[in-house]
Amino acid sequence: MNLINVNHLTLGYEHQKVIKDLSFTVEKGDFITIIGANGSGKSTLVKGLLGLIKPMQGDIQYHIDTKQIGYMPQETKIDATFPASVEEIVLSGTLNRLGHRPFYGKKERKLADDSLALLDILDLKKKSFADLSGGQRQKVLLSRALSATRELLILDEPSNNLDFSSREEFYKIIHRLNKEEGITILMITHDLDMHAIAGNKIIAFEDQEIFVGKIEDYRRKMHESL
Amino acid sequence: MNLFSMFQYTFLLRAFIVGLLITLAASLLGVSLVLRRNAMISDGLSHVSFGAFAIATVANIAPIQFAIPVAIVASVLILKLNENNKLHGDGAIALLSSSALAIGIMVISVTKGINTDVNNYLFGSILSLSTNDVIVSVVLSLVVLLLFIFSYNKIFALTFDQSFAKSTGTNVEFYNIILAILCSITIVLGMRMMGALLISALTIFPTLTTMQVYKSFKQVVIASSIVGMICFVIGLSISYLYATPSGASIVIVNLVAFILFKLIALFRQAKG
Repeated sequence: MNLINVNHLTLGYEHQKVIKDLSFTVEKGDFITIIGANGSGKSTLVKGLLGLIKPMQGDIQYHIDTKQIGYMPQETKIDATFPASVEEIVLSGTLNRLGHRPFYGKKERKLADDSLALLDILDLKKKSFADLSGGQRQKVLLSRALSATRELLILDEPSNNLDFSSREEFYKIIHRLNKEEGITILMITHDLDMHAIAGNKIIAFEDQEIFVGKIEDYRRKMHESL
Repeated sequence: MNLFSMFQYTFLLRAFIVGLLITLAASLLGVSLVLRRNAMISDGLSHVSFGAFAIATVANIAPIQFAIPVAIVASVLILKLNENNKLHGDGAIALLSSSALAIGIMVISVTKGINTDVNNYLFGSILSLSTNDVIVSVVLSLVVLLLFIFSYNKIFALTFDQSFAKSTGTNVEFYNIILAILCSITIVLGMRMMGALLISALTIFPTLTTMQVYKSFKQVVIASSIVGMICFVIGLSISYLYATPSGASIVIVNLVAFILFKLIALFRQAKG
C-alpha cells in the first residue's frame, strides 16, 4: 500500500531550485534512508513532505491524513533553555487529535504515556526538557512524534550531536519501531555508516543526480564506482 | 500621604486598573515572544507607535484610533521581516523602529517643539489615561486571557516548535497574526503610561524573570502574569509615594525581581 506518491517534484526557495524532478513512493512498512551532503536538499525534501513549503512543479499525493505524519526535527533546532516539561512536549504531539476541543483529555494523556513507555522514558515525564542530556532530548522529541502518529515518522538527522552509544541505541529503537510496530520511517542522516545497516530503500542526493531505489542496489552501485 | 490615599484620585484609580490589565496582557503575550526569541518585535512596535502618536498629535487626530491600526500593520510587517532570514530580520526591525522614532521626534519638534507631550510619550505618564482607555484595556485583557486559556495548547506547541505545530495541522500563521495584533494593541495602550522607551520591558521582563526558576511552560505562563502584576503594583506605588516617573519605577522593580529570581536560581544550583 502506498502512503505517499511523489511525482516529478521540484522544490526550492524563490527562484532557486534545490530539488529537481524527483519521483518516489513511500509504501507502508518502508524504512527509507535519505543521505546527501549539507545543502544537497535533504531538509528541503522534508519541508516539502510536511507541507511547510509548496512544490514548484510536480506534486505529492498523500494516501494518509497529512496530520498523521510524525515529524522529529534536529534536536539542535530546539532551544535547549526552553522552559517545558517532558509531559508538556509529548502531549503537544497529540494536538492533531483535538480538532476544535481546547483541552487534552484522558485519551491524549494515555497516548502520551504510551509513547513515553514505548521508548522507556516514562520516568522522565515530570522532568524539564532543559535538564536532559542530548540523547534524552532526542527520545522526548521522538515520543512527541509517536504521540502524533503510529503511521509514518520523518526523522531529521536524529544521530546529530549524539555520542556513539546513544546513537547506536537510538538506531536500535528506530529499527524496533519499524519492525515491531510497523511504523513507516523516513530518516535523514549524514551518518554514512548508517546506510550499511538501515532500511530497505534509499534516496541519495549526489552531485549531479538523485539516486532513488533499494538499498542493495545503491550499495552495488557504490561498490562498482570504487 | 499614604498608599491608600492614591485611590481617591480618579486618574490614579484609572491608571491602576489600566496598568494592571495591560501588564497581564503584556506578560502573557511576552511568554510567546521571548521564548521564540522575538522580543525585538515589541521593542520595534513601541517605537512605531511613538511615531504614529506624534503624527496623530500634530495632525489633530485621535491618537489611539490612529496608532492602533498603524501598529497592527507594522506588527504584521515585522512578523514577515522576521520570518524571512534573507533580509536580516533583526536588522530590518531595528531599521524600522529607529526610523519611526526619528520621524516622530522630527514631526513634533518641527511643528510643536519638544514639549511635555513628547516627554510623556517617550517616558510615560499616568495622567494621560481616559475612561475610554479603561474600556479598551478591559476588552483587550479579556481577549488575551481567553485566547491563552482556550488556545493554550496550541500556543505552547507553536512557541516550542513552529514546524512541528504546522506539520500536525495547527494554523500557525493565523495564531502568529492574532498574537502580533494583540501585542500591538497592548503596546499602544501601555505606551502612554510606560513610555515608548520602556513599554517593551512589560512584555520581556516577566518571562525572563520567571524562567530562571520555573522550568515548565505552564509554570512560566502563570508565574509571569503574577510576577508582572506584582511588579506593576509595587512600581506604581513607589511612583505615587516618591513622585518618581511611573514607567521607570515599574521597570526598575522588574529589574529587581529579575535579579532576585536569578539569585534564587544560582542558590539552588549551588545547593545542587
